[in-house]
Amino acid sequence: MNIIEVEGLSKNFGHLVAVDKVDFQVAEGEIFGFLGPNGAGKTTTINMLCTLLTPTGGRATVNGYDVVRQRSEVRRSIGLVFQEPTLDEYLTAEQNLRFHAYAYKIPGEIREKRISELLDLVELSDRRKSKVRTFSGGMKRRLEIARGLLHSPRVLFLDEPTLGLDPQTRRHIWDYVLALRKQHSLTIFLTTHYMDEAENCDRITIIDQGHIIALDTPDKLKDALGGDVITLKAQDNNAAVLELKEKYSLSPVIENGTITFSVPQGEKFLPKMMGNFQSPLVSISLRRPTLDDVFLKLTGRAIREEGAGIKELAMKVRAMRGHGR
Amino acid sequence: MADTFRGMWVVAYRELLRFISERSRIFSSFAMPLLFLVIFGAGFNRIIGSLTPGVNFIQFMYPGIIAMTVLTNSVMSGLSVVWDREFGFLKEILVAPIGRSGIVLGKAVGSAAVAVMQGIIMLVLAPILGVSLTPLLVVKLIPMLILISVSLSGLGILIASRMRSQQSFQIIVQIIIFPLIFLSGVFFPVNSVPTWLAVISKINPLTYGVDAIRQLFLGREIAAMGGAMGGNFAIGVTVFGHTMTIIEDMLIVVILGVILLSTAAWSFSRQE
Repeated sequence: MNIIEVEGLSKNFGHLVAVDKVDFQVAEGEIFGFLGPNGAGKTTTINMLCTLLTPTGGRATVNGYDVVRQRSEVRRSIGLVFQEPTLDEYLTAEQNLRFHAYAYKIPGEIREKRISELLDLVELSDRRKSKVRTFSGGMKRRLEIARGLLHSPRVLFLDEPTLGLDPQTRRHIWDYVLALRKQHSLTIFLTTHYMDEAENCDRITIIDQGHIIALDTPDKLKDALGGDVITLKAQDNNAAVLELKEKYSLSPVIENGTITFSVPQGEKFLPKMMGNFQSPLVSISLRRPTLDDVFLKLTGRAIREEGAGIKELAMKVRAMRGHGR
Repeated sequence: MADTFRGMWVVAYRELLRFISERSRIFSSFAMPLLFLVIFGAGFNRIIGSLTPGVNFIQFMYPGIIAMTVLTNSVMSGLSVVWDREFGFLKEILVAPIGRSGIVLGKAVGSAAVAVMQGIIMLVLAPILGVSLTPLLVVKLIPMLILISVSLSGLGILIASRMRSQQSFQIIVQIIIFPLIFLSGVFFPVNSVPTWLAVISKINPLTYGVDAIRQLFLGREIAAMGGAMGGNFAIGVTVFGHTMTIIEDMLIVVILGVILLSTAAWSFSRQE
């Protein structure tokens, strides 16, 4: 049974098309990842699925309920952890959970028991009576995960669950998520722009500019690239690209001054190639493909993390200044 | 419907939890009304003397100040909506299965409870000011303060539904609330002022809330006395020659509240 079904779902903000006729299904118990750069339409899609945004076209059901016509039923079926914290920092951890329990009509007999269980799960039992404003970013996120699970949802939506957390805490959050799936046979729908996190998903949807450009398991997506990834820098990149195309009929991509292409059995290809390559090379490397390569291959661009975005912006500014001179 | 009621009480419950955990708010909310009472009272009491026999300026102003405390705090309570939006908690509320009208009613009821408590705390000043309090008066006062407060929270929430930052909310509220208070007859009997000012004051719905509380304290006889004596010095509010009764005053407050709250709920549900 599919717990989420989406058909031709669209959302426009004025003239801007944020999500353009996307279709996908999520099976029960799956960890389903939405991968894409910032502004690709990931959060917009989540917000439509959790009834915070009304779609401008298409339809979607969650747990069999329509996201437009059966909002309350959808809301009861889902747990949510947003990108930005949504806790009341002036209340204690326990008070935040209790508010949620009242709002979702969790019967009194099981309320306190569930609150204790979940605080145990996210290892916050000893801080149950502390005000949330004294918590670290990772603790807040853990409390939000506990809160999202309090009303025993069928689907847990995690929108960039590890954004802004340090690597150790990110790892920790993932341990919870993976444990949860095992214990509760919960469906998890998450968005991320971290490639390594997307690897944990059963299936991944790659979304760019509001369109789904690929949907498969991480392994199949990488296999589809056709083998290993070779990145190289040449003294003259354009000449090198030309040579690669002519001699080996490859389809290399230049990104940030580096040439990238995929070949089957890279470790055998590389020595052969080095033997008679004409263009002088600066550096060369071989590795197993990552989802980043999948994205690069599908869109001709790398998924930028914020840092890279700033670098690009700086380059643009520099180019503009040069122009003015 | 059940969702709306549950939403109302859970939102109100949290509003109270917040109030209890922020003790500084309890005291700061008295600063303004006390300032007016002390400064205006001390400044004008002697010059003005008795407005009508047995009622000096402070005794005249005091019921108005109680009404003012309640309505200022009610309108300011919209701040918690803006606060929740700024700190993200609004999203947790919006996505819960409780409906938008439940959220608006909950905020109104929660802040009304807080505002009414503050209004009642103001009563401790009564003996100092020579105002007599009877248990019956207090019993009548509470439902009136609740109605005024729930209605005026509607104004706060309506403004808050459109505001993204606490600063802009506070600025807009200051701009709206000061004229409303000054033109509500807290500081002068609206029948004793120039016609233009009286007309504006009588259009201001707060005038009737203030009038109702004042009539409760001073008694309808005193409120209507000036008018009965043929002068233009009636303490109560007269509209087209008719001195308003408490029931009529409160009816206007309730109508205002229904309009404000439904507009606020509409404004809330319109945004996504």
